[in-house]
Amino acid sequence: MRMTQGCFSYLPDLTDEQITKQIQYALSKGWAVNIEFTDDPHPRNTYWEMWGVPMFDLQDAAGVMMELNECRKVYGDRYIRLSAFDSSHGWESLRLSFIVNRPKDEPGFRLGRQEIGGRSIRYTTASYAVDRPEGDRYGGS
Amino acid sequence: MTEQVAPDTVTAAEAAVDLRKEFAEVGIGEVLDQLDRELIGLKPVKTRIREIASLLLIERLRKRMGLTTETPTLHMSFTGNPGTGKTTVALRMASILHKLGFVRRGHVVSVTRDELVGQYIGHTAPKTKEVLKKAMGGVLFIDEAYYLYRPENERDYGQEAIEILLQVMENQRDDLVVILAGYGDRMDRFFQSNPGFRSRIAHHIDFPDYNDDELLAIAELMLHDMNYKFDAAARSAFERYIAIRKAQPLFSNARSVRNALDRIRLRQANRLVSDLDRVLSADDIMTLDAADVLASRVFEKGPGGAG
Repeated sequence: MRMTQGCFSYLPDLTDEQITKQIQYALSKGWAVNIEFTDDPHPRNTYWEMWGVPMFDLQDAAGVMMELNECRKVYGDRYIRLSAFDSSHGWESLRLSFIVNRPKDEPGFRLGRQEIGGRSIRYTTASYAVDRPEGDRYGGS
Repeated sequence: MTEQVAPDTVTAAEAAVDLRKEFAEVGIGEVLDQLDRELIGLKPVKTRIREIASLLLIERLRKRMGLTTETPTLHMSFTGNPGTGKTTVALRMASILHKLGFVRRGHVVSVTRDELVGQYIGHTAPKTKEVLKKAMGGVLFIDEAYYLYRPENERDYGQEAIEILLQVMENQRDDLVVILAGYGDRMDRFFQSNPGFRSRIAHHIDFPDYNDDELLAIAELMLHDMNYKFDAAARSAFERYIAIRKAQPLFSNARSVRNALDRIRLRQANRLVSDLDRVLSADDIMTLDAADVLASRVFEKGPGGAG
């Protein structure tokens, strides 16, 4: 099952050229671009690991693409997303976030049912991928 | 990055090109004229930059006609004594390269060893990369580049920075242009011990020292920009000042002139304020007189003295 989140989630995966243009847009607005990765695709998994530090004061997308390619070399089997942080007063938050890399096989999510008092049921989801330990969930590294 | 399929080169090459129109479209004529106007002297440098600009203009046409697909090597080295305008020319170079489309943004990131080389193991690579990322799409200007290489200390981290630089200079030629700057003899030694740099740098430009007339012209241009002027006596005093100051150690061309002018302005302000009852005209405030110049320490010590 293809996991989607963030901007452009309704589109097919962006090509490198399209990613470059999005980064350039973010940089032109003065936002700092971050690269994040994870191997737990749960929608509530908000805080992903960061690749390096946020990239402030860049002028051109080539710098971010350089880091992204480095990150893909190491964590190409995981989800990688880019996020752009707006530090201006009043915003001070993420303005843009989209996925730029995903594992080859995405096994999808299991629906869990928990029977509790009376006839009530609690539902929960978890990716089949998280059955395996962190680090070798998608073919391992 | 995009894979360009060379069009039918014969028909493309036959297409006539209006060079004049191309030149005007790119708008580098303006930058070159500005270079001529605002930079005094530096004849060989200006000639070289014109040559490079012409080459790049033609290269651009060739690229469009499908006669070449490679980005030319544009990394440069500027050698010359302090205050000969290396940084200023680097800024102009960036704007020429930007107008011709060889760099995408045209900004200049100016760094020295401190910003590239770290203090601990593992500190250098991220630091150098950080700088490179900031310079992407523009020009990376490395001042006093020879400090990167310290042969006397074999565990110096400078070597690590050099390796990363070389790699990016080679692989990302269309993203970044590197300009190395420094004093002539030391740069020569630096290139000798780092042949990798020498071969990756296409243009070596040498900046000559200014002569006395040029320094005076520079002083007057600086004053003009700041809305000041010399009176006749002050001008001849400043001519003498230049002659004496040049003979003294630590003379750094245009920079020394700028510093001297700053001190002269200080003395002029002091002179004006010391007589509060006087009614000043705009001309009084603009004019620097001989006394302001002659009060300099340079005259007391005479030629050969330190200062």
